Amino acid sequence: MPEPGSNRTPETGAFFQRDRQWHPPAFTPGYKSSVLRSPQKALVAFDNTLSELTGPVFGHAMLGELDNDLIHNFAKPGESAIGERIIVHGRVLDERGRGVPGVLLEFWQANSGGRYRHKKDGYLAPLDPNFGGCGRTITAEDGGYAFRTVRPGPYPWPNGPNDWRPAHIHFSLFGHGFAQRLITQMYFEGDPLIWRCPIVGGISNRAAIEALIAALDMQSTIPMDALAYKFDIVLRGRRSTLFENRPEGN
Amino acid sequence: MAQSLDRLRESPSQTAGPYVHIGLTPNFCGIGGVYASDLGATMVNDKTKGERIGLRIRVLDGTGTPLKDALVEIWQADTDGLYNSPAERRGTADPNFSGWGRCPTETGLCTFDTIKPGRVPSRDGSLMAPHITLWIVARGINLGLHTRLYFSDEEKANAQDPILTRIEHSVRVPTLIAKRTGDIYVFDVHLQGEKETVFFDS
Repeated sequence: MPEPGSNRTPETGAFFQRDRQWHPPAFTPGYKSSVLRSPQKALVAFDNTLSELTGPVFGHAMLGELDNDLIHNFAKPGESAIGERIIVHGRVLDERGRGVPGVLLEFWQANSGGRYRHKKDGYLAPLDPNFGGCGRTITAEDGGYAFRTVRPGPYPWPNGPNDWRPAHIHFSLFGHGFAQRLITQMYFEGDPLIWRCPIVGGISNRAAIEALIAALDMQSTIPMDALAYKFDIVLRGRRSTLFENRPEGN
Repeated sequence: MAQSLDRLRESPSQTAGPYVHIGLTPNFCGIGGVYASDLGATMVNDKTKGERIGLRIRVLDGTGTPLKDALVEIWQADTDGLYNSPAERRGTADPNFSGWGRCPTETGLCTFDTIKPGRVPSRDGSLMAPHITLWIVARGINLGLHTRLYFSDEEKANAQDPILTRIEHSVRVPTLIAKRTGDIYVFDVHLQGEKETVFFDS
């Protein structure tokens, strides 16, 4: 079936293979939790089947009015979260540079003091009664998305004796096929903690790390209201099916 | 120098971390009032076609300890082997079946109420055995792990499955077979070690 609002048939080619030298490997001993949670045997590779080419797709109808506004979606009426007010915006693209519409983005983060609203987070920085820390949105036709939040604070974590996560926002994305499923983290331009972090350091290529650092975007700020950061995300692209053998009736 | 291939690079993955549930199952972890319900909590309704089954899935680390902070997602076809996805071109899947579910492992166990999937053709047209795709994220997992759950009562189909039969070390195939008891299938995912589950790159 053609996509809504489009007269082209959806693409069905296999996804480009993942470059697992570009991604962090499973075993990154500087990040201690990975030591017992990393497979030691080789992954078994196969070309995508329908099980990987298909995936759940979510419609804009599921979104609530404040789903993309973390400043207000947990706040009491008339109140708002404390912290540096920011807009995070960007586009979801595929590896062929095309905007990917209809991508569900879910994001979560600590509050401005670095405290998560989670019973397992015992950090002494206090909770903000007006901040929950979760949000979601769906990309537009051009792959664009935006949400409002407060800039999260860095926080200490039990890895090395004095490790601190850089300020970051977690992102989860659904593309058009389950093989595009991705979870990553966004960092902030200029944060000196980025280059000291063992989780970031699991990525060996500097350019790959830089691809996770959002840029301060003064042209997208709202004067007297919020600063803005631009964060583009790239999902796996797909091969053309022009010369692929497809069995009759498939 | 040749021309540039002019492609972008996929955004590198990072761990979902220990607080993944804040973002993906907020109601489950006590953040109420933001979303009406957690996505993926329900896959079936009264009208869903097919054989009702339950899945009981554990994820264990290299010491055999169950993870209590992982998140498991499953993706599967309906009872006729059709996916509820715009990329499904062979027909229309059961509208009363989402095909996708999400469950945290906070107790060490995650459970799904679903249906047994029908068979789906592979790229050469031969039928794959009934299976469910699993995607596992957690603290300590840098890139989501992809595996499959097959069914212990589908021996004949499993023996001909084009993915299972390409696993060179056939001694590892049983790591992908969930064991049936009544209408419940039990499946342990071993992240590491002697009983390590087969994970895929696809």
